[in-house]
Amino acid sequence: MDNPFVAGKPAIAHDNPLSRTILRKLDYDQLTNCMRCGFCLPACPTFRETGLEQESPRGRIALMKAVADGLMNPDQAFRVQMDHCLGCRACEPACPADVKYGQLIEQTRDALEDHPERGLPAAGLRKVLFQGVFPNRSRLKWIGKSLAFYQKSGLRRIVRGTGMMRLFAPHLREMEEILPDATGRGVVEQLGTLFPAKGSPLARVALFRGCIMDVLFAETNVNTVKLLSEAGFDVYIPEEQVCCGALHAHSGELEEARALARANVKAFKELDMDYIVSNAGGCGALLVEYDHLLQDESDWRENAAWFAQRVIDISQLLVDKGRELPFADEAATAAEPAVMTYQDSCHLRNVMKSGSAPRQLLKRVANAEFNEMKEADRCCGSAGTYNVMQPEMAGTLLKHKMEHVKAANAHYLLTSNPGCLLQMILGAKKHNARADMKVMHVVDFLYERISRKDE
Amino acid sequence: MLDRVLVKQLRAIVGEAYFRDDKESLVAHSYDGTPMLQALPDGVIYPESTQQISDVMKLLASRRVPVVTRGSGSNLCGGTVPVQGGVVMVMHRMNRILETDLENLTATVQPGIITSEFINHIESLGLFYPPDPSSMRISTIGGNIAECSGGLRGLKYGTTKDYVLGLEAVLANGDIIRTGGKLMKDVAGYDLTKLLVGSEGTLAIITEATLKLVPPPASKKTMLAMYRDLYGAARTVSAIIESKIIPATLEIMDNPTIRVVDAYAKLGLPLDMEAVLLIEQDGDPEKVERDMERIREVCERERADRIEIASSREEAEKLLTARRSAFTALARLRPTTILEDATVPRSKIADMVLRINEIAKKYNISIATFGHAGDGNLHPTATTDARDHDEISRVERAFEDIFAAAIELGGTITGEHGVGMVKAPFLEWKIGAPGMELMKGIKQAFDPHHLLNPGKLFAKETRKRVVIDHG
Ligand SMILES: Cc1cc2nc3c(=O)[nH]c(=O)nc-3n(C[C@H](O)[C@H](O)[C@H](O)COP(=O)(O)OP(=O)(O)OC[C@H]3O[C@@H](n4cnc5c(N)ncnc54)[C@H](O)[C@@H]3O)c2cc1C
Ligand code: SF4
Ligand code: SF4
Repeated sequence: MDNPFVAGKPAIAHDNPLSRTILRKLDYDQLTNCMRCGFCLPACPTFRETGLEQESPRGRIALMKAVADGLMNPDQAFRVQMDHCLGCRACEPACPADVKYGQLIEQTRDALEDHPERGLPAAGLRKVLFQGVFPNRSRLKWIGKSLAFYQKSGLRRIVRGTGMMRLFAPHLREMEEILPDATGRGVVEQLGTLFPAKGSPLARVALFRGCIMDVLFAETNVNTVKLLSEAGFDVYIPEEQVCCGALHAHSGELEEARALARANVKAFKELDMDYIVSNAGGCGALLVEYDHLLQDESDWRENAAWFAQRVIDISQLLVDKGRELPFADEAATAAEPAVMTYQDSCHLRNVMKSGSAPRQLLKRVANAEFNEMKEADRCCGSAGTYNVMQPEMAGTLLKHKMEHVKAANAHYLLTSNPGCLLQMILGAKKHNARADMKVMHVVDFLYERISRKDE
Repeated sequence: MLDRVLVKQLRAIVGEAYFRDDKESLVAHSYDGTPMLQALPDGVIYPESTQQISDVMKLLASRRVPVVTRGSGSNLCGGTVPVQGGVVMVMHRMNRILETDLENLTATVQPGIITSEFINHIESLGLFYPPDPSSMRISTIGGNIAECSGGLRGLKYGTTKDYVLGLEAVLANGDIIRTGGKLMKDVAGYDLTKLLVGSEGTLAIITEATLKLVPPPASKKTMLAMYRDLYGAARTVSAIIESKIIPATLEIMDNPTIRVVDAYAKLGLPLDMEAVLLIEQDGDPEKVERDMERIREVCERERADRIEIASSREEAEKLLTARRSAFTALARLRPTTILEDATVPRSKIADMVLRINEIAKKYNISIATFGHAGDGNLHPTATTDARDHDEISRVERAFEDIFAAAIELGGTITGEHGVGMVKAPFLEWKIGAPGMELMKGIKQAFDPHHLLNPGKLFAKETRKRVVIDHG
């Protein structure tokens, strides 16, 4: 066999421009590090659902490599296959060879974005969301306000009544129905930019407030700050921070993601904090990888590493460093007995490696029993914007998820990420979970357990 | 490319969705766990029943299209690489447990069931199915049977061949045969069951298997013995067996293996040790206690530096799981990982370890060694880079030397991974020319047109190692 390789990558002059971009952008060493043992197969939700090798991490890596090696052209089916991946990264902790699948899929999607397919409605929708809305805080706030107006003014009733929502695909309609009340008043508007610790401060932390979080779940942000303060942390909320860029990165808009990362690194570096706290697994997972995202930018590399080292999920920080919180105090708690179950945020578990922290906290809650549901670590199908783009697979995953939720028979279904939270709310509604079950962010639940005691 | 008529006929048998020939499906079935081998099939088929397989085989035989049966494609010998194109037949849809017979202690299963799912089910019934290849979380029972896979419990409990009582299989011409049964004894003619076990998909397509179950051991204990000297660890293996103790598990890992496994599993393994032995004994609690004490004495005599007993079952399982990740974890070191499977009589294990290290030095390559030491089955693994042709050729020569050394010590070229493509050129070294002729005759009797997994077991010529690109 002739050796078609020079220094790392095969020296192939692809005719297909997309193949050329893919070969250029893919980390070829990561591709070859996959030795095709298949150990990742059982961890992959899309493989589990379909049983098809091409829907598995090993299969997808082989497809990427086949394109890079010129064994196949990246046709429409290839695109579809890459879109089918949830990006949940459950394959990474399962891989003994330490193949960085998350990077490979991001690089592939980045290449695909450079050669967009014309006329795809999904791509259009994504563009509006990613380039128009998420990076732009004032626009998001405006949307927040108008969404709040829409929801509160009765316009929602009119729209629903006239059947305007029927113009949307059914899965978008379902989504719209469960969206919580949006607000234009985010955490800073409510609490200001500094919220001091109760008692002597243990450390100075900065809150990463997130964009969706701060519009749809501003209350969770507020509770996060208050919990942190209860646990002994001075909380700063830098106003200049922007969207984390995770949704962009996962969909291949790496350039935008990098621009957002630079803005965030700058905003937080100026404050010189001990920790940067995230309460959304999806955001946190990109934040801890800013060092990787900006590794080729010499001006930013060092500060990005500084940033990445400080990022921590609120649950992990409370477990590792926080003062004991009164929700654990049996005598003090007035809350009723309750059964809780927990749905992992894939990115909190697989990327931030903090899957056990929320469980540790929940197990400490007095008067409440933690009931681990089956396959809690399996992706719920939310996966960023996956449920919008891939409704079919997302729907199947959600259906199976809700079977396990029901079996856990809990009063509280808790999770650690806004996307998962929305998906769980949708699932509970669609698949008739028990009527008295509440779906909440772990932070809100913990805060509720504390404040009840104060009453 | 298969012609449209044939494709239509195949779809008529299995259903529209269960035959695929789009490029993605072909690429995804062009490889298995073997490095540096890839070849595209012409189609992928997912049958649901023995009858469908029989119909498919009749059709394909009439058109002389080759068939490669595939479980999970985790084999390490090029066993499912479709080197001559044709159709890859994926067995995953046939994954049911058809019966567990608690009176006869047998289970009858379809071949596509995942090994560990089967084992878990059997254990939930209070029974035990010992063959546990490290790949059991992904491998299929069909693949285990076709490769006669071993595992961590092989030393005391044997390998897959010791648990297959009966088979149903489809021949190349579409005929359906049944061999053996729920029988502890059966001498009605040649033992076709045993012949099909380890036949690597070259004689028939296994569609159903009746497996022997055993009562589970009452207790288990797990020990980690650590050595500053690899040779000492290897000598301990022979010494344990010499003192007439057969542990359930007796695994070895050398220093490079310990390091990568710990990087993955984060168990705090002793990174400063040259080798560890992972030893497990099971059975009645008193006997286990007694055996472990004697094993400890042997280890100490052979100058183990430290000995630790797992404090809980959970801790023991973590150690075993970590050991199972060894091969893949070695892929952390270099882009290409080539593992071999030489096996020697277990009294010769220390000699073999020395020979492997000499050979690695001679060819100036890195070889990490781990494996089922108690079975005499080592997995010397070269960490290399497929892009460096000079180094790859040195690796290949080193492995030839290792095969030769194994045979010289009374061993074999493969203990459990099978011949497939990668060891085909060396098969004659082990079984001789008359053995080759006989095996070819057997193949001819089963599959006269060489449609079942062609290009495997029998190499065009002996010795030179093959690397094939196809499609
Ligand atoms: C990390 C790793 C660790 C491993 N550890 C071990 C180990 O400890 N012990 C061990 O013995 N092996 C081990 N293996 C090798 C491999 O996993 C085994 O050979 C396993 O039995 C293959 O199962 P499979 O379902 O993946 O079969 P495949 O790889 O799909 O097929 C293997 C062979 O069986 C044939 N085949 C599959 N199904 C059928 C059928 N129904 N009828 C007829 N032929 C069929 C195929 O044609 C092929 O020749 C390991 C592999 C890896 C990657
Ligand atoms: S990604 Fe890792 S676990 Fe999956 S096949 Fe490749 S090496 Fe094995
Ligand atoms: S990221 Fe999730 S869906 Fe994608 S290949 Fe990995 S495990 Fe499968």
